[in-house]
Amino acid sequence: MDAQPQPMLEAEKGSSLGQDAWRRLRQNRAAVGGGGVLIVMLFLCVITPWMAPYSYEAQNLELGSVAPRQAHWLGTDQLGRDLLTRILYGGRVSFMVGFAATAVSLLIGVTYGALAGFLGGRTDSVMMRVVDILYTLPFTILVIILMVYLGRNLVLLFLAIGAVEWLTMARIVRGQVMSLRKKEFIEAAVVLGYSRRRILFRHLIPNSLGPIIVYCTLTIPQVMLLEAFLSFLGLGVQAPMSSWGLLIKEGVETMEDFPWLVVFPSIVLSLTLFSLNFLGDGLRDALDPRAGKD
Amino acid sequence: MLRFVLRRLLEFVPVFFIIVTLTFFLIRLAPGGPFAAERAVPEEVLKRLNEYYNLDAPLYVQYFDYLRDLAHGDLGPSFKKPTLTVSEWIALRFPVSLELGLYALGVALLIGLAAGFLAALRPNTATDHVPMSLAMAGICIPNFVLGPLLVLVFALWLEWFPVAGWDLQQDKVLPSITLGAAYAAYVARLSRAGMLEMLAQDFVRTARAKGVSETGVVLRHALWGGMQPVVTFLGPAAAGLLTGSFVVETIFQVPGLGREFIQAAFNRDYTMIMGTVLFYAGLILLFNLIVDIVQAWLDPRVRLS
Amino acid sequence: MKPIRIGILTVVSTAAFTGCLFREDRAAIGIREGVLHMGNGAEPQALDPHLVSGFTEHKILTSLFEGLATLDGTTLEPKPAAAESWTVSDDGKVYRFTIRENAKWSNGDPVTAHDYVYAWQRNLSPGLGSEYAYMLHCIWNAKVFNEGRLTDFGQVGARALDERTLEVTLENPTPYFPAMQIHFSFFPVHRANIERFGRIDERGTKWTQAGNMVSNGPFLLTKWWPNRIITVAKNPYYWDANAVRLKEINFYPIDNLQTEELTFRAGGLHVTDAVRKSRLPKFRATMPQYLRMHPFLGSYFYRFNCARAPFTDVRVRRAFAMSIDRELITKNLLHGAYEPTACFTPPNTAGYTCTASIPYDVAAAKRLLAEAGFPDGRGLPPVELLFNTSEEHKLIAEAVQQMWKKNLNASVTLVNQDWKVYLDALTNMDYYVARSSWIGDYYDPNSFLDCFLTGGGNNRTGFSDARYDELIGRAAKTPEQGERYRLFQEAERILLDQAPIAPIYLYRRVYLRVPELKGWDENLLGYVIYKNVYFETCGAK
Repeated sequence: MDAQPQPMLEAEKGSSLGQDAWRRLRQNRAAVGGGGVLIVMLFLCVITPWMAPYSYEAQNLELGSVAPRQAHWLGTDQLGRDLLTRILYGGRVSFMVGFAATAVSLLIGVTYGALAGFLGGRTDSVMMRVVDILYTLPFTILVIILMVYLGRNLVLLFLAIGAVEWLTMARIVRGQVMSLRKKEFIEAAVVLGYSRRRILFRHLIPNSLGPIIVYCTLTIPQVMLLEAFLSFLGLGVQAPMSSWGLLIKEGVETMEDFPWLVVFPSIVLSLTLFSLNFLGDGLRDALDPRAGKD
Repeated sequence: MLRFVLRRLLEFVPVFFIIVTLTFFLIRLAPGGPFAAERAVPEEVLKRLNEYYNLDAPLYVQYFDYLRDLAHGDLGPSFKKPTLTVSEWIALRFPVSLELGLYALGVALLIGLAAGFLAALRPNTATDHVPMSLAMAGICIPNFVLGPLLVLVFALWLEWFPVAGWDLQQDKVLPSITLGAAYAAYVARLSRAGMLEMLAQDFVRTARAKGVSETGVVLRHALWGGMQPVVTFLGPAAAGLLTGSFVVETIFQVPGLGREFIQAAFNRDYTMIMGTVLFYAGLILLFNLIVDIVQAWLDPRVRLS
Repeated sequence: MKPIRIGILTVVSTAAFTGCLFREDRAAIGIREGVLHMGNGAEPQALDPHLVSGFTEHKILTSLFEGLATLDGTTLEPKPAAAESWTVSDDGKVYRFTIRENAKWSNGDPVTAHDYVYAWQRNLSPGLGSEYAYMLHCIWNAKVFNEGRLTDFGQVGARALDERTLEVTLENPTPYFPAMQIHFSFFPVHRANIERFGRIDERGTKWTQAGNMVSNGPFLLTKWWPNRIITVAKNPYYWDANAVRLKEINFYPIDNLQTEELTFRAGGLHVTDAVRKSRLPKFRATMPQYLRMHPFLGSYFYRFNCARAPFTDVRVRRAFAMSIDRELITKNLLHGAYEPTACFTPPNTAGYTCTASIPYDVAAAKRLLAEAGFPDGRGLPPVELLFNTSEEHKLIAEAVQQMWKKNLNASVTLVNQDWKVYLDALTNMDYYVARSSWIGDYYDPNSFLDCFLTGGGNNRTGFSDARYDELIGRAAKTPEQGERYRLFQEAERILLDQAPIAPIYLYRRVYLRVPELKGWDENLLGYVIYKNVYFETCGAK
């Protein structure tokens, strides 16, 4: 990376930051490739209902699970359903859950963590103890209760996942903010009489973006797999609809007999996550406020 | 420092109290009691069982009774596995989870830190991409896939390790790797990011400018600072690792606390859930405290005030 | 960092050195030494015969304890066990058991009639809250004692006439009473042993721990490491110790079928608890000598909520039940693991085979639905199919959902719930259709058919039929088997005509077993008489 760190005040020309970032991002081949794969994947999943030759629920019990062949490019599952179709439909769920739940956790986690770290003292103490308490509540029971009293739907799923995932995010952001808070450029900003809001959102959070983005790319896979567990418990996706996580989870059960049932969903999931990751890294580098304008 | 630790320990008391209260009432909201069974338990018997375990009293009375017993260090009997008390179950199970967790943590730190730092030293080269891709694979492959896969290859085909169990030393290898892999991946990514962050800092550049050797820069300045996000992550992660993982313990039939906890939740074994939750809570609070201390030690600018 | 480093070192060094450690696997050594390693499915709740409720515990407890009678492994006819003989009164209500003179506890004490009386008193004690005490309710006054309305156990129909003679008076003639003795709720306990660790009606005392437990079966408990292993060793005081050929049995509570199977294939087990159905085609092709399948006394079926529209109408219930292609499900989806069934009680249950049936007949089902006012499914409200969280239940539910859609044009939503939530919904009848199963408690059709008595705790469908109740009630008072079975036939016909349930398949025990293991009985009850089990080594042939 040839980004030469520049004096902090450079980054203050906020208006061009986005454009710079975009330019830098485009120059990062890995990031562009990752982004491309993601867009193709998303596109395929979105147009699936109009394009798929099979329905995600159409069964063929006489056929059962067969290996890839001309009629079924990726084979079929135990109920004789076309795997490719199910993967594409599952992708819709997984993308939705992955992004929505991560967004929820990001929104709450970053704001909460940054506030705690910034305000410090007693407020920070109380805020962090709340996080500790939420950490310890028995999640399985919580999910069961949610399901029983609020029914089962996707929004609830996002909330349930977002609600657990923001906790670690909050701790990480808080840690970052606390160490940044004592730095010269923040102290300078304080001396210059900038408002707390401005310091928080213009200085502290942008300077914590690195770990935030990295943790985000770690959260998305976690969220997608957590969704599989929750759907297995009954919250979230209801059969015969599926998701990548669920397909993999079910595929493992039969991995010696029908390996395609675990291999293909895993490949698709991994490919997506890898792309996401390259894009995330590219974004991190591009958004780095210290990065120069080349 | 001492005052800080003491104050935090004092804070534990109200936090604990809130956790007890919340959990106690929360688990009673879940439908189906501990004695609901596929074969209907006759009403008379159900009544006797509830009497036996004080479940027929009004909820608030049960709550205060529980608090009183808790104050005496009594976590009560297990409803579903009556042979041992909840404390005995935890005492029996936790050491196993602890051992597995320590090994997994070792795997995670050793592999994760090495890969992360290696990658950060030569960003965007092969030494970066290869370990990072592996790390990503570690995150993408969920442990319920990795576990059976490792068993198939290393236990069944190569016959290097046993399939499952927890008796011999070699029993412990596969579960440790399976549990540690995902964490290693996290550590790798977080430490790489943290390192890069540090290497771009002013004081590192100053050090470089003053002619400190590259190794010196990395070891003396960047390494500890770069570990910051890892340490923050490790607090909750370590607590999670040490209290056991349901999935890994099930795949490898490790008799740990993680399985016990999930089973208790599914069984509505109220006292067992309470006991394990409180035990977890204690561990998590403790680990977060340790993390805060370590963080202050790594970065002198964060003052423990 | 230090302990972590040491941990890593251990991991790495063991990785390097273990390469050639286990060539002769556990199973091979076991065969040589007469030590049986068996997968047992799950960790038992307890090892106290009066506090447990499942098949998992049954399999362990039958090695540790012995009832008055046992069953023949093949014919399931009652045979003498701790009692050497018994007589029945003409009205079929009074049994007199004579206990073997040489029957001994594992500490050498003689087993007496008093031990049985004490054990049954304990099991029936209201304070103990035994979930399976109702098995003993066939004994005179047992129910009222169990419910706390009678405090003097002397008035209950179990008396020790002398050390060796036990007289049991029953409420009704119960021809299957001797057969019930293999159930753990009838097992004896050693009074001094119980009371050394607690009161007669105290739950969870330490008497069941290894080293503490005194038992009267062919084996005695030597090790219990929860979630790891339970070991029982030959009991030298057992009256028939000479017949016991195994030295030890190790029960492994492996609750993950994949792990259990892999352990078996790696030579760690001689017999597994079960196998995944998807493995069957491969096992049949590659290792048929290991695969064992035999019928089991259990039914898998769907319940209809008779109190909730549209299932208040018997025609709708029948239409739904008649449009499930059970053959296709068992053959293709479950790979022939189970037997499709058109009735509720498994065939040949103690000689009883139901003649009525609910056929698979889509045309008739469509007609019935139309008669009920839903021609071609029009106007049929959306219904939910409830099942508890499990891969297999889900597969079957998905298949049935499609069948109902295709055959009846019915719109069915699948709902999976955690086990306890599912039970709660079932008990409160808060469901439309629910997946269910029933495993017989004892070897008699009554164990199945009395589920659907009006208001019965296991009914859970709202099904109520006066004639049905009367028939089951009359069968209970009839000592003559032929007549009883005729009554059961009529009752089951009513049940299937009214269709509060849709039968799907009959269970089978499907598991892996090494061919060297002999004397392992394959019967409807999955009842293994451990003292008959032995290994036949290749050299012996």
